[in-house]
Amino acid sequence: MYKSSLIQLSRALDRREISSVELTEIYLDRIARMDAEYNSFITVTGELARTQAGEADQRRQAGSNGPLTGIPIAHKDIFCTRGVKTSCGSRMLDNFIAPYDATVVEKLRRAGMVTLGKTNMDEFAMGSSNETSFYGPVRNPWDLERVPGGSSGGSACAVAARLAPAATGTDTGGSIRQPAALCGLTGIKPTYGTVSRYGMIAYASSLDQGGPIARSAEDAALLLTAMAGFDARDSTSAERPAEDYSAHLDDSIEGLRIGLPREFFGEGLDSQVGAVIESAVKQFERLGAIVSEISLPNTRLSIPAYYVVAPAECSSNLARFDGVRYGYRCDDALDINDLFSRSRGEGFGAEVKRRIMIGTYALSAGYYDAYYLKAQRIRRLIRDDFHRAFEQADVILGPTSPTVAFKLGEKTGDPVTMYLSDIYTISINLAGLPALSLPAGFVAHLPVGLQLIGDHFGEARLLNAAHRYQQATDWHARAPEGCN
Amino acid sequence: MTLEKTNVEKIAWLARLKLSDNDIPEYARQLSSILTLVEQMNTVDTVSVAPLAHPLELSLRLRDDVVTEENQREAFQALAAHVEAGLYWVPKVIDT
Repeated sequence: MYKSSLIQLSRALDRREISSVELTEIYLDRIARMDAEYNSFITVTGELARTQAGEADQRRQAGSNGPLTGIPIAHKDIFCTRGVKTSCGSRMLDNFIAPYDATVVEKLRRAGMVTLGKTNMDEFAMGSSNETSFYGPVRNPWDLERVPGGSSGGSACAVAARLAPAATGTDTGGSIRQPAALCGLTGIKPTYGTVSRYGMIAYASSLDQGGPIARSAEDAALLLTAMAGFDARDSTSAERPAEDYSAHLDDSIEGLRIGLPREFFGEGLDSQVGAVIESAVKQFERLGAIVSEISLPNTRLSIPAYYVVAPAECSSNLARFDGVRYGYRCDDALDINDLFSRSRGEGFGAEVKRRIMIGTYALSAGYYDAYYLKAQRIRRLIRDDFHRAFEQADVILGPTSPTVAFKLGEKTGDPVTMYLSDIYTISINLAGLPALSLPAGFVAHLPVGLQLIGDHFGEARLLNAAHRYQQATDWHARAPEGCN
Repeated sequence: MTLEKTNVEKIAWLARLKLSDNDIPEYARQLSSILTLVEQMNTVDTVSVAPLAHPLELSLRLRDDVVTEENQREAFQALAAHVEAGLYWVPKVIDT
């Protein structure tokens, strides 16, 4: 049963072939037996899961269920979950029991989904390999010596290892798409404003966006429909009518204009990853898509601009962690500044400190124009590149990551080397666009992710194109050895 | 941009981050290399480009100034390391 997709699980529950309680036990048992090796969960919520599964079975008996009622899910430990530790991968919040539910958690709970637990992640979502977590690195189920990607590495690992049928993630610079790519999964970062940020611990507020990590576009569409929607509690939530992202999955993609940005296929792209993407492009052509080359000339500036905007916003957002109201507090503070400085110095890890300091520097007196304002100007150039590109293309296609999963420890010595691995994902966050990653093949035994980028609020079209591709291929159906 | 030890100490103070003295040279090296990366921004002229703060350039919604949340003071204070008489306790701030 753990091999089934969300759609298959939903049908099995409908037909009473299995109960939610039985299904939940299957996943809890797999987590208990297998996760010591992966470290994908920070907290397993067995008791909560069993209670919710019982309630889901009752709802199904009463006929008051939806398609997701009774299906288990894992939440990235960045989403506040009432009564459950919500650590954000940090020592700072190791003792934090969230007093309320994030909107995403609440919506999926109302849909009847069963919470298996909270997944491991880079500390405060700052990282591309899950190696900055206070709870230790997560291992990639395709190769235990390699990273699962980050920051939603625990979510991707848990879904790839079939410890959960799907998981939530967040994406500030690639944190859904890159781990989805490195673990052979389908993950979508929606348009900024589509999924509520309420209760999603803030990293960089003008970039952060939640979304699902699943095994197929079809599953991701079902989940996104349940997660998305206007929320008055998020001041940046988009005021748009609710959308059924599954409605157009089966539409033909005959005539779909796909643009290949030449900047995504140049220097820095692993040639074998490039070859996999090129063969996927041919598959899209066989499905009727019309492919042409486009240009996103300011792509190379996306990482420099991001490493001003994101740290600046993070230095402000993380100022709330002061050792007073919640979170870690140092012992024997001498005075108020000692309390603040030591609580923060001891509670945050090195990568979080680096980003807070870069942000503090960029926003400090005399530097604002040179850094923050300059980065915001570059941000417009990057967004305008996409605007022009979408005059020629309906969807933009390229690799998600320049390489397959790298080895644990390979990039931890130099922060900048790690940052450069996000070259194909970061510009999308700066422009607020939707993008998804789907598996398109392998280099040796490691999955390769293909990225589809859409215009604002074009999620349905991305999911449609991804679904049609997945109807014609079986890369998304492959599972790591020992998990299939 | 190369940051010296004293620059890092000043930034850490502004950010209220206590760093170990032994770690400061490494932070100086790493932060300098991040700033060098960031300064690639200066290779383009952006004088005529307006800053973009919100990816969709929407303005934030306003709402009426009325109470919408219920009072959960006790639940929230239960999360703090030191609360007495309904107050958050910190070291003395003002000398008497």
